[in-house]
Amino acid sequence: MIEPDTSPESTEPIIEMRKIRKIYGSGNTEVRALDGVDFRIEPGQFVSVMGPSGSGKSTCMNIVGCLDTPSSGAYLFCGLDVARYDKNQLALLRRNYLGFVFQSFNLIARTTALENVELPLIYKGVKPAERRLRAMKALASVGIADRADHAPSELSGGQQQRVAIARALVSEPTLLLADEPTGNLDTETTADVLHLLQQLNHEHDLTIVMVTHEPEVAVHTRRVLYFVDGKLVDDGPPSEVIP
Amino acid sequence: MRLADTFQMAFLAIARNKIRSFLTALGIIIGVGSVIAMVHVGQAATQSVTENISSMGSNLLIVSPARARRGPGGVRITSPPFTIDDVETLEHEIRGILVAPEINTNQSLVYANVNHNASILGTTNDYFEIRNYQLDRGRYFEPEEIERSATVCIIGSTVNDTMFGRSDPLGNNLRVGRTSCEVVGILQAKGASFGRDLDDVVVMPTGTVQSRILGNMDVRSIQISALQDGTTARIKAEIEELLRDRRGGSGREDDFFVRDMQEVADTLEGTTRTLTMLLGAIAAISLLVGGIGIMNIMLVSVTERTREIGIRIAIGAQVKDVMIQFLVEAVALSCLGGLLGVGVGIAGTHFATQAMDLPFVLSMDTILIGFGFSAFVGVVFGFFPARKAANLNPIEALRHE
Ligand SMILES: Nc1ncnc2c1ncn2[C@@H]1O[C@H](COP(=O)(O)OP(=O)(O)O)[C@@H](O)[C@H]1O
Ligand SMILES: [Mg+2]
Repeated sequence: MIEPDTSPESTEPIIEMRKIRKIYGSGNTEVRALDGVDFRIEPGQFVSVMGPSGSGKSTCMNIVGCLDTPSSGAYLFCGLDVARYDKNQLALLRRNYLGFVFQSFNLIARTTALENVELPLIYKGVKPAERRLRAMKALASVGIADRADHAPSELSGGQQQRVAIARALVSEPTLLLADEPTGNLDTETTADVLHLLQQLNHEHDLTIVMVTHEPEVAVHTRRVLYFVDGKLVDDGPPSEVIP
Repeated sequence: MRLADTFQMAFLAIARNKIRSFLTALGIIIGVGSVIAMVHVGQAATQSVTENISSMGSNLLIVSPARARRGPGGVRITSPPFTIDDVETLEHEIRGILVAPEINTNQSLVYANVNHNASILGTTNDYFEIRNYQLDRGRYFEPEEIERSATVCIIGSTVNDTMFGRSDPLGNNLRVGRTSCEVVGILQAKGASFGRDLDDVVVMPTGTVQSRILGNMDVRSIQISALQDGTTARIKAEIEELLRDRRGGSGREDDFFVRDMQEVADTLEGTTRTLTMLLGAIAAISLLVGGIGIMNIMLVSVTERTREIGIRIAIGAQVKDVMIQFLVEAVALSCLGGLLGVGVGIAGTHFATQAMDLPFVLSMDTILIGFGFSAFVGVVFGFFPARKAANLNPIEALRHE
């Protein structure tokens, strides 16, 4: 497997989608979840993905996140065509270059916050002592180090999402993907989490792509991709895209 | 992923659900436990049979008259006993053997005010070597004592203990039936064989038992020991030929039979061995059922933890990582069951051998095979659930409720 070039000197965009199609089913039941999508995302951008329900936002994120492969088209991750990578190669890409944050937090139950954050490092083969150290640092960077020994069920939604962000950050990814990360949070914690993501984008130059259906959330990003029926219909700063 | 982490992950998963893990492993515990107990008890029985037979004497052949049978018209035909002449002929004609007559009876013994019933044996000095008796104290019979049917006896340790207690029997007179006999020797204890106490015996010269106690000159059986291993079959044939000649020719059915104890031992051993295998096989089936139990629970577990598996795959677990995690979990579960099963099996063996009065001997092979079987069952029955987990689609798994 060829490793992507993620060095700061690289001139490649992080994401380059070329005529991406994703088709589910066939014949009468055919669904074009993505129908010829083209876009590029440069390093350091904070992008939100918007659109009505069923417009293909999650499908797009899954392909960007190497959890799924397109039916046709080319997806270049840091200049590398990963469309034809197999399961295990995609797993390695996710492990080393990608971080995920989900709407429903997706922490492992009955496992402490620290252990949840350590998990990506376990798969990377990092030794326990170093693992613990890095996981604690990641928890501290999202301001939740004092809850390291708590299980997800003992944490509030906002706290759980912070742990999830720490888990996504712990392996120092090139790209952070968040599918409706504030969808299950109240207004106040939404602001907290958004602030945290902005901070990561500003201070660490982390590239972030975030799905959201709330305009109040999207306005905090600098670019909005707007999907309708599997097509990218609008692409620009929030002030232009959001009516 | 480091191997230590894989194992830790599996043990944490098992520890998180202690009761369920235990119930899952119970099938394996019972399976391994019964395999180990059954095989051990079978082996103990085999060993006990072998020991019982070899305690009788090595390369032993016993010649007895045939059982009484119904002849034409329902007439009862009894086979005539042997004579001292038969014994002497065998001794002279066949090389490489020790021969001794055996005349059996039961008599009451009296000494001081103690009464006891014991088996009385009329024979010669060779008998002790043939049947593996060692002298503890005193002496064997003098040739002259055998010659003139002297009233002397050598007693077994049980007789010694019950009749004489602490006092020294040597030189004292023991009443056997109505005859008074001087005790000249004491035998070393031999224990029991097939439930019969071999030490509850009073040995006297052949003629003494014949003329003074029983009042006839019959020889009930002839005890023979082949001096060389592996010659019993040949010697058996030679004895048969000789006795057939002496007892009315070869034209009719033999009125005696020669038992080769090695043959008897082999047959018995073969039987118990077959039985052991049968018991082991039945127990192995329960182990198989235990394996199916593990597969069942692992499949439930994979379904239950679909979301967790999705998370693991999303953050970078490869197919082999998930596969190994679940396989190790199944194998660890069955090996833990196997380990407990070994304990249960050893305890079971202990109680069963005690109840059946068999020797308690553990065989490492049996234990290792029992345990190894449990690991094998874990791999075989853990494979399918593990593959199911490893091939989950992460997107669907993450949507799973
Ligand atoms: N596994 C699937 N099988 C069939 N259709 C699917 C599957 N996943 C998504 N779809 C369809 O693809 C379209 C886009 O879905 P999705 O990307 O989840 O939309 P969004 O996230 O924008 O709400 C929808 O019509 C959805 O029903
Ligand atoms: Mg969606």
